[in-house]
Amino acid sequence: MTEKRIVIEPVVGEEEASWEERLRSFPWWFLAMIFIAIGVFFVVSTNESYNAAFNFIKAGLTITIKTTLIAYVIALGFGLLAGLGRISKNVFFNNLARLYVELIRGIPILVLIFFIALVGVPSLVNGLNAIGEWLNNAGIAFLSKPFTAITNQDVSMNARAIIALAFTYGAYLAEIFRAGIQSIGKGQMEAARSLGMSYGQAMRHIILPQAIRNVLPALGNDFVAMVKDSSLVSVLAVRDITQVARLYAGSTFRFREAYVTLAVMYLTMTVILSLIVQTVERRLRSND
Amino acid sequence: MTNSDNIIVVQDLFKYFGEVKALDGVSLEVGRGKVVVIVGPSGSGKSTLLRCINHLEKPTQGDIWIDGEKLTHNIKTINAIRAEIGMVFQLFNLFPHLTAIENVTLAQTVVRNRSKEEAEHIAMEKLKRVGIPEKAAVYPSNLSGGQQQRVAIARALAMGPKIMLFDEPTSALDPEMIKEVLDVMLDLASEGMTMVCVTHEMGFARSAADEVIFMDFGKIVEHTTPEGLFNNPQEDRTKLFLSQILQH
Ligand SMILES: Nc1ncnc2c1ncn2[C@@H]1O[C@H](COP(=O)(O)OP(=O)(O)OP(=O)(O)O)[C@@H](O)[C@H]1O
Ligand SMILES: [Mg+2]
Repeated sequence: MTEKRIVIEPVVGEEEASWEERLRSFPWWFLAMIFIAIGVFFVVSTNESYNAAFNFIKAGLTITIKTTLIAYVIALGFGLLAGLGRISKNVFFNNLARLYVELIRGIPILVLIFFIALVGVPSLVNGLNAIGEWLNNAGIAFLSKPFTAITNQDVSMNARAIIALAFTYGAYLAEIFRAGIQSIGKGQMEAARSLGMSYGQAMRHIILPQAIRNVLPALGNDFVAMVKDSSLVSVLAVRDITQVARLYAGSTFRFREAYVTLAVMYLTMTVILSLIVQTVERRLRSND
Repeated sequence: MTNSDNIIVVQDLFKYFGEVKALDGVSLEVGRGKVVVIVGPSGSGKSTLLRCINHLEKPTQGDIWIDGEKLTHNIKTINAIRAEIGMVFQLFNLFPHLTAIENVTLAQTVVRNRSKEEAEHIAMEKLKRVGIPEKAAVYPSNLSGGQQQRVAIARALAMGPKIMLFDEPTSALDPEMIKEVLDVMLDLASEGMTMVCVTHEMGFARSAADEVIFMDFGKIVEHTTPEGLFNNPQEDRTKLFLSQILQH
């Protein structure tokens, strides 16, 4: 019996310490968030004025989701191209990609959205028109049609918002892709090339599949960030949830209802997405 | 070019890495079907020579012909020539996201434009040849070092190469796995494959090599037969090197 006690005592001591440790490391913030979420959910669904706010604001949900998704997919394309450019030995592409990344990352997103939507897109349209004029004068009228036909009105503010977000996030994703590609050992490219694959084939079949898998969590995190930054397009009067909430608050003077509901809507989306990202990350790690 | 039966001809090759002179005027001819073993101390330029032969390194100066075709900087020709030269690396460099058989089929379909069925058929044939057909569906991370290296050899063989380059293929392996890889190499040698092998496995050099090259400071110091090297080395540096590695 005494022997047993001697054995048990340190175990009990350890357990107490680990309990304390467990209490300390417990994600209290998450518990608090769930309580707040339940509370707010309760209020929003039972309190009439919150309910009214939610029903009004949810009209913007489609635009928020559509804008984010489309812009993100385009940003993946920009990012991949620019990321490949950043590691390219071709001086032109390398510098072009570097210029793009540095320019974008040095300017606040809000300013970029104004600039791209209100200066960049109109300039592009004018440029296309000018090309059309030139083609027309050169006597190739049938080719000039699509260039001269386009006007600034054809590009909606919503489309401009998507272009702005995509172009901006492309620069951030480029750095993720670059880091991912550079994390793959040199031997992989050499083995692929030694089998006769071209640089492009080796990139596509060997390097990128591994690189993208490595950066999947980072790409996911930037998607979550983009959900939040999509609220910035409200400055272009695009009717996303932020803009609709502003309209609601402005017309009813129910600021608290409008912005509490808006915040909870963003929080719900980002928390769910973050949990998905974390799950993917954990699964990837356990597969290694 | 001297002899049309020399499948590799290297003429007066120099390679600088910045200030470092990795190759210092190397000339070499390898006859079709010959097995050449390269030995030499660390940093003597053995890997660099091998990597110049399939243009993984761009020579600073000098010319290389593979089966009569001159290696230029034209990337199309280089890719085509590389497909004819199999290379086996010290650290295997298998593609970790692909199974063993996918490792062996990928370049066949991408570079040789073979159908999936044909590529898989050839891949199984080569995996049998290196003795691990049962590992076809296994990922590299679940293979032992020796098995990984044998898949790497199968991957190179599946392209139907005229030449095989080996860069210390057994030096990253645990001792008990060295033999299984050397056995595959011995088989290849006896079947008449042209092979250039950087290796310090003197048993392999003795039993399989037609010629042995000793390199030091980026130069070929001695180029002789295995007997010549082991029994009658001419240069002091060769003797010193042999005394060092044969002690182990
Ligand atoms: N990519 C590189 N950049 C700079 N220096 C290099 C590079 N590759 C090789 N070198 C240098 O060139 C010289 C020859 O290297 P090499 O790898 O050919 O030697 P080696 O004979 O294969 O040596 P080891 O037995 O250690 O593999 C060394 O001094 C090495 O440091
Ligand atoms: Mg080496």
